[in-house]
Amino acid sequence: MALPQAKQTVTEERLATLTMPDAGCTKKAREAALARLRQMGLPGRRDEYWKYTRPDTLTSAEAPTAALFQTDEPTMFHEFDRLKIVFIDGVFSPEESDELSLEGVTIDRLEDICGKDIHWAKELYGVLEANGQTPVQRPLAALNTAYASDGVAIHVTGKPSKPISLIYRHASETSDAILHHVVRVESDAEVTILENGPAASRFNKCMEIDIADGGALHHIRAQGRDHQRRAATHMFTRMGTESVYKSFTLTVNGVLTRNEQVIELTGDDAVAHVAGACVGDGEFHHDDTVFVTHDAVNCESRQVFKKVLRNGATGVFQGKILVKEGAQKTDGYQISQSLLLDEDSQFLAKPELEIYADDVACSHGSTSGAIDETALFYLRSRGVPTREATDMLTLAFLAEAVQEIEDDALAEVIVTRLQDWLARRH
Amino acid sequence: MLEIKNLHVKLEEEDKQILKGVDLTVDAGKVHAIMGPNGSGKSTLSYVLSGRDGYEVTEGSASLGGEDLLEMEPEERAAAGVFLAFQYPVEIPGVGNMTFLRTAVNAQRKARGEDELSATDFLKEVRAKAKALKIDADMLKRPVNVGFSGGEKKRNEILQMAMLEPKMCILDETDSGLDVDAMKLVAEGVNALRDEGRGFLVITHYQRLLDHIKPDVVHIMAEGRIVKSGGPELALEVENNGYADILAEVN
Ligand SMILES: Nc1ncnc2c1ncn2[C@@H]1O[C@H](COP(=O)(O)OP(=O)(O)OP(=O)(O)O)[C@@H](O)[C@H]1O
Ligand SMILES: [Mg+2]
Repeated sequence: MALPQAKQTVTEERLATLTMPDAGCTKKAREAALARLRQMGLPGRRDEYWKYTRPDTLTSAEAPTAALFQTDEPTMFHEFDRLKIVFIDGVFSPEESDELSLEGVTIDRLEDICGKDIHWAKELYGVLEANGQTPVQRPLAALNTAYASDGVAIHVTGKPSKPISLIYRHASETSDAILHHVVRVESDAEVTILENGPAASRFNKCMEIDIADGGALHHIRAQGRDHQRRAATHMFTRMGTESVYKSFTLTVNGVLTRNEQVIELTGDDAVAHVAGACVGDGEFHHDDTVFVTHDAVNCESRQVFKKVLRNGATGVFQGKILVKEGAQKTDGYQISQSLLLDEDSQFLAKPELEIYADDVACSHGSTSGAIDETALFYLRSRGVPTREATDMLTLAFLAEAVQEIEDDALAEVIVTRLQDWLARRH
Repeated sequence: MLEIKNLHVKLEEEDKQILKGVDLTVDAGKVHAIMGPNGSGKSTLSYVLSGRDGYEVTEGSASLGGEDLLEMEPEERAAAGVFLAFQYPVEIPGVGNMTFLRTAVNAQRKARGEDELSATDFLKEVRAKAKALKIDADMLKRPVNVGFSGGEKKRNEILQMAMLEPKMCILDETDSGLDVDAMKLVAEGVNALRDEGRGFLVITHYQRLLDHIKPDVVHIMAEGRIVKSGGPELALEVENNGYADILAEVN
């Protein structure tokens, strides 16, 4: 079917600003992605999947400018021993990064995988993204595969002693970055990947994660605090037998964020937890779009998303659990909740279950509400001032999502960030 | 110390008068008990004194140590020394009991211009006071009142009162839901706080609690008014004969 004219125009105008990197072994995957993209077209307002989030500033030819966040607060995770991989406006910085060597893991820049004959990465690049295009189209991810200008391939073969930390700095007010990472966690290997920083004025990031049987990946992400930044991110995760994937995302500020998580449980007894906490003021628009597919027996998936919205901020949650035929004993859970600190803010949720197996336990819930007045009065009657009491209840609301983080020290830095936001907003 | 004069209160949302001229004075060092049929306005009085939303004072006044309570925010009243042990203590998921206590203690100290309690001093004090009320370490760690039994919630209220050392303690049916032993613990907790500078207003339906906490004055509230006041013997009369005689007598 031919694309509507308007969609085609938007797509071609965007493509005209991009050049495909001289990509060697990923060339085929990139060209295939471009063909996919041309067929789908970039997302438009009328697309069902973009009903609650306007895609125009994510698809426009030029990235809208975004001022840098000025702060004396230290950067995220600074006190952690970690292997730092730094990108500035989407370009790898060897000077700022640590040496990419650590026992139990091999890390290469995307552009080096062909020369080094890194087969797994070549075989993964664009594959999970392509799989993730059905049943719902994700054109921005196809655009990413086609045009990503940088990224890393992380091959986890053991249990590295420290987290791998991807740091995305934002240096130019007009930067427009496209990064694509591929991650392969081998059997019984285990790693923690941290991501933080605003990355660019506009950021399109894709990560493809392949977890082999018994492998485990812990992912903690904090998106940058620059008020005007925009981001569209995709995480595609394929999970083998008894593998574990736990992901937590913190979003503080940002005029537009769309985080898509596409998870496919393909091996029995796998466990996937995705959680997120976001807090935003005013022009803030935050969209969590999650699609979990159960395609094996006795797997567990859990989605926990909490949003605190204020001064007209908007939160979106589109979450789906798809249980395929034969995926018996599936345990699927999904909760999305928003705390609206005033009447101008709004939360739009579309929770979905689609189940083709009969022996499953799936539940989902979504709520939206204001601060609990009774609890607020109780705290105040003990002498806690309104503002402090409101902050306590706000953090308590977010706690359920933050508790999804297994590592207490990491959970604590997340809480500190949330407290910083609460303090800043008054 | 606590002076309530001709207090009239209606619901903010509807045209329903609940308190219809309450007069009550509690002097420092005294324990006053309020009894009265269900729905007579006892809890409403305690809420209005602590500053809960939803009520409108249409007439009268309430002051503590000469300061107008009705003009103050709930947190200011707390700092001024008002404490209400709730009839139905509120559960607050996600807020640790200990954090809550510490925040409350320090917020009040700050409001009064005092130094915050150090973490170690605070811990020492909480542990000692919790022990006296048989509140274990686990309950201190758990979220405020979440999953607490009825009796545990009430003891937790008394722990807060012991930590905050208020001037005016209002206890709304703190005895309900308590077993015999817990009642004694609570009474001991209250008695330990009795001193010359502190007043108590104890709302209860039963004589039992008053066996342990000896009141100086007993009031009977009915239909939004104090209809009769007397000594401890008044509570016994209620216990034995119910309210019928008293109400008939005043009507
Ligand atoms: N928010 C409210 N909305 C509607 N009615 C209310 C409200 N608050 C109080 N009332 C009514 O006011 C009256 C007094 O209630 P209150 O709770 O003060 O009684 P009480 O003396 O404490 O009773 P009890 O002994 O049962 O605890 C009751 O008729 C009650 O239904
Ligand atoms: Mg009552």
